[in-house]
Amino acid sequence: MTVYGNSFSLLQRALHWLMAIMVLAMLFIGVTMVSTLKPRFLTLIAIHKALGIAILVLALLRLGVRLRRGAPPLPSDLSPIQVVAAKLSHAVLYALVIALPLIGWGMLSAGGYPIVLFGSFHLRRILPQDDQVYAVLRTAHTFLAYLFFATILAHIAAALFHALIRRDRVFEAMTHSRRIAPAVEAAE
Amino acid sequence: MVTALSGRGGNPLGHRRNHSKGACFTGVFDANGAASRFSVAPMLATGHYAVVGRFAIAVGDPDALDLTGRVKSMAIRIVAPDGQEWRSGMNSSPVFVVSNPRDFYDLTLAQDVDPTTGKADPTAVKRFFTVHPQSASFAKWAQTADWTVSWADQDYNSLNAFRFVDAVGNSHIVRWSMKATIQPTPVSHDALAGMRPNFLERDLNNRLAQGPLTWHLIVTFAAPEDPSNDATKAWPSGRQEIDVGTLVVENAVAEADGPCRDLNYDPTILPAGIAVSDDPLLPARSAAYAKSFDLRTAEFADYPRTAPHAGDRR
Repeated sequence: MTVYGNSFSLLQRALHWLMAIMVLAMLFIGVTMVSTLKPRFLTLIAIHKALGIAILVLALLRLGVRLRRGAPPLPSDLSPIQVVAAKLSHAVLYALVIALPLIGWGMLSAGGYPIVLFGSFHLRRILPQDDQVYAVLRTAHTFLAYLFFATILAHIAAALFHALIRRDRVFEAMTHSRRIAPAVEAAE
Repeated sequence: MVTALSGRGGNPLGHRRNHSKGACFTGVFDANGAASRFSVAPMLATGHYAVVGRFAIAVGDPDALDLTGRVKSMAIRIVAPDGQEWRSGMNSSPVFVVSNPRDFYDLTLAQDVDPTTGKADPTAVKRFFTVHPQSASFAKWAQTADWTVSWADQDYNSLNAFRFVDAVGNSHIVRWSMKATIQPTPVSHDALAGMRPNFLERDLNNRLAQGPLTWHLIVTFAAPEDPSNDATKAWPSGRQEIDVGTLVVENAVAEADGPCRDLNYDPTILPAGIAVSDDPLLPARSAAYAKSFDLRTAEFADYPRTAPHAGDRR
């Protein structure tokens, strides 16, 4: 796989930070909306659905870009355990950012709900109506959202570890465009 | 909220936490197109649209006696050809008992069964009405309205206000009612005690065996001074009303494994052309119905069903 310099591409960086904002907003909207009876409930749930589908679209785009463009190589002095943690946590982040909107969509489908995004625009149901499937997906949606949040916290902690403690330019790969070191061919 | 609703006696596991006892029906909504000037909702354009509905009584115990159902209800889901849906839960009372979720919670708590005595405090509801004067018009209806032995002879009212949105984007504040086409036959409440169990469902089945039942969907338009955010207040008579179509109820289906059992009749599930008003009960109903739906779908071992246990259901 060819790596273009020591940074992610501009498209990759833009997608990362845009989705970071969207996903964090999504998680907080999610926990807020399930604990209120106030008028904001309807607003929050409408945003949650539309934002969730937008995240799904961006996540699929991002996965495609990631598979095409790859990622800068990790520093060679990382311990094997850190390398495994880095690769595994990113796989989990990709899996959940795609799975959570799909589970939300599937859950509403199985619950017999119309999937209204805005006005008369609505999505097809992707599962037949089945209350037992609904119940399982409803629980999974909450559980995986908390797992997602925990993984994001670990991701932020690791990013700060790279930025502030190790200062190994891993963090800058997502913040800066310029090549900090001469371009290398990834050894893969 | 939903915990309070569940505590009014009986075992609601696997059932709706309110309006727990009921029966499903299927039918069609024949729209006459008269509302098209006021709303772009596809199921208000002239045509026939499929309906899955539910009659119920406003009790917390799915095994309650029918005579305890002071408030009867009709819930409907009308589906347009493009897949948009209009869901509505309507009650037989002309106004709702409270105007906001806080008061509804307090009233529900007043009906809850005390686990030590096994009974609800008989004075708690009375005390609630004493300190909530806005609930008086509901209380007066509850004390004076005729009892009947049928779901078929009742009018059902949206209670909450909504907005019809027309093709140029103007909003019209409305409420709607399903008006029965059968004259109610009043009976004394004492006479109900002598009826056979589940007389409401028996009556429905008997009537539908003779032929379909119809209701007219009447939409009432608010005058500027009419409250859109207070379901305890009736709008004065003389407001513009239009008959927008006929609901034809064709078949009754027992709730066990019936087509309405697994639907959440959330009144905020609306097509383009119909929107919520500023009534604070609507978001609370939506949130509470969703919670009730999540609970009962997770309790499928306790579902009302025809087969004896889960493995036999499908």
